[in-house]
Amino acid sequence: MDASTRGNPVTGRSSDRSLVIRNLRKEYRAGAPVLKDVSLEIEGRGMTAIIGPSGTGKSTLVRCINRLVEPTAGEILFRGQDLVRLTGPELRRARRHIGMVFQEYNLVERLSVIENVLCGRLGYVPVWRTWLRRFPAGDVERAFQLLDAVGLGEFATQRADQLSGGQRQRVGIARALMQEPDLILADEPTSSLDPKTSVEIMELIARRAGERDIPVIVNIHNVELARRFADRIIGMSKGEVVFDGPPGALADSHLLQIYGGEGWLE
Amino acid sequence: MSDAALPSRQRVAFPPNWPARLSLIALAIYAVYASTILDISWERFAAGLGHGSRFIARMFPPNVAPDKLQLLYTGMVESLQIAIVATAIGVALSLPLGLAAARNLAPLPLAWAARALIVLFRTFHPLIVAILFVKAVGFGALAGMLALIVASLGFLSKLVAEAVEEMSMQQVEAVRATGSPFLSLVIMGVLPQVMARFIGFSAYQLDSNLRNSALVGLVGGGGIGSTLFTAFQRFDYDFVLTIVLAIIAVIMVGEVLSGWMRRLFQ
Repeated sequence: MDASTRGNPVTGRSSDRSLVIRNLRKEYRAGAPVLKDVSLEIEGRGMTAIIGPSGTGKSTLVRCINRLVEPTAGEILFRGQDLVRLTGPELRRARRHIGMVFQEYNLVERLSVIENVLCGRLGYVPVWRTWLRRFPAGDVERAFQLLDAVGLGEFATQRADQLSGGQRQRVGIARALMQEPDLILADEPTSSLDPKTSVEIMELIARRAGERDIPVIVNIHNVELARRFADRIIGMSKGEVVFDGPPGALADSHLLQIYGGEGWLE
Repeated sequence: MSDAALPSRQRVAFPPNWPARLSLIALAIYAVYASTILDISWERFAAGLGHGSRFIARMFPPNVAPDKLQLLYTGMVESLQIAIVATAIGVALSLPLGLAAARNLAPLPLAWAARALIVLFRTFHPLIVAILFVKAVGFGALAGMLALIVASLGFLSKLVAEAVEEMSMQQVEAVRATGSPFLSLVIMGVLPQVMARFIGFSAYQLDSNLRNSALVGLVGGGGIGSTLFTAFQRFDYDFVLTIVLAIIAVIMVGEVLSGWMRRLFQ
């Protein structure tokens, strides 16, 4: 059952890319919730940045969406399905529509760059084709185009572990786009990069997702980058949403509430 | 008063380790006691040296009669076939068994079952396994081959499981997030990380099977070991020397080949 037949139960619109999170709770240890009944509605376009101090549940929130982390309770509605309830093949089919960019890039180091990009198609390609590396010609062609689009056209056959951090993250972005996703999750995509490369990576995510109309949820601790690239900022503290609004509305008083302390603001 | 004024005998740099000293003394006493019980005496050792030198004298010159060389050739070819077929089958089966035994990939009940099987395979020396198979399937190459398959499985599966448990889960996580089916996840996320080491282990196992294929013949498992055993029984000590020299030559060639194979795939 997909969105076009059932529609999004909350917004009432059908076949869109919006995401609704209701009362999401995650406890790694019983009785000590990392996420305390978070509810959010995220529109099917633009970039939403989640900011907050380390250990506040940003990463857990993002990873609950594609179930790399198992939520304890709550609902996550996307494309007409509650992602929290999916299991087995249904969960895998849902994951195909959600691309992810990681802090440590998470490329398979001993595979070539183009193999890493083609990993984005594994949910669609039969196992025997993967085994023999006989990916459909259309997929291979698109993988080359995406590598060109992230500026790594000449590196296609190099092994991923020979690239620099910024180059690896570009491959990670190409892999996410290769899924033709309806949502991109980015978990601290710039935290392992230098300031200049960080800006380039954020620009690349914003541009490539923007031209395809793919909504992006990025969790990021750099407030300046969040202000610069996001259309909406969600501030989290101790497992709860304490700010939600456009970048312009984010004042120092909010940052104080999100991060606590004062000295660092001066 | 300064610290330097403290008398030095109050501060001990190397305190005596009484448990270790007592254990060593106990071990020495037991070794002396055990040697008296086992009827180990200098006279028997001296007499043995005499027997040994007569035995070695009867080995020279090595017997290179055409009929003996024909026997040697037949036995050696059979041993090589046993070793190579056993390695091939062992390598092919150890990959799935090793993956099933990896606790970070397989469900726990399956992992423990696979581990129990591996422990069973490793419990007995190939020679004892060969005796069991000779009883089960009769004298000949089949029994030796089955024994070496069990030995290869025990060794290779355990190392595969360990390599898989040490791999980077970040890389696997990224492939999982694309919605990949489990087998494609293994092909693109797991195997690239463990393949180089697996080929190294397999080369070592081929080497080890070459040596053990001579051994299993001694208990009726076919191959050059059977030829060697028969020669001993018939007091053909000069032919024994020919066989031993041939085995040494084959094993040295095998060692060079397996080293070359490991370098090729690193």
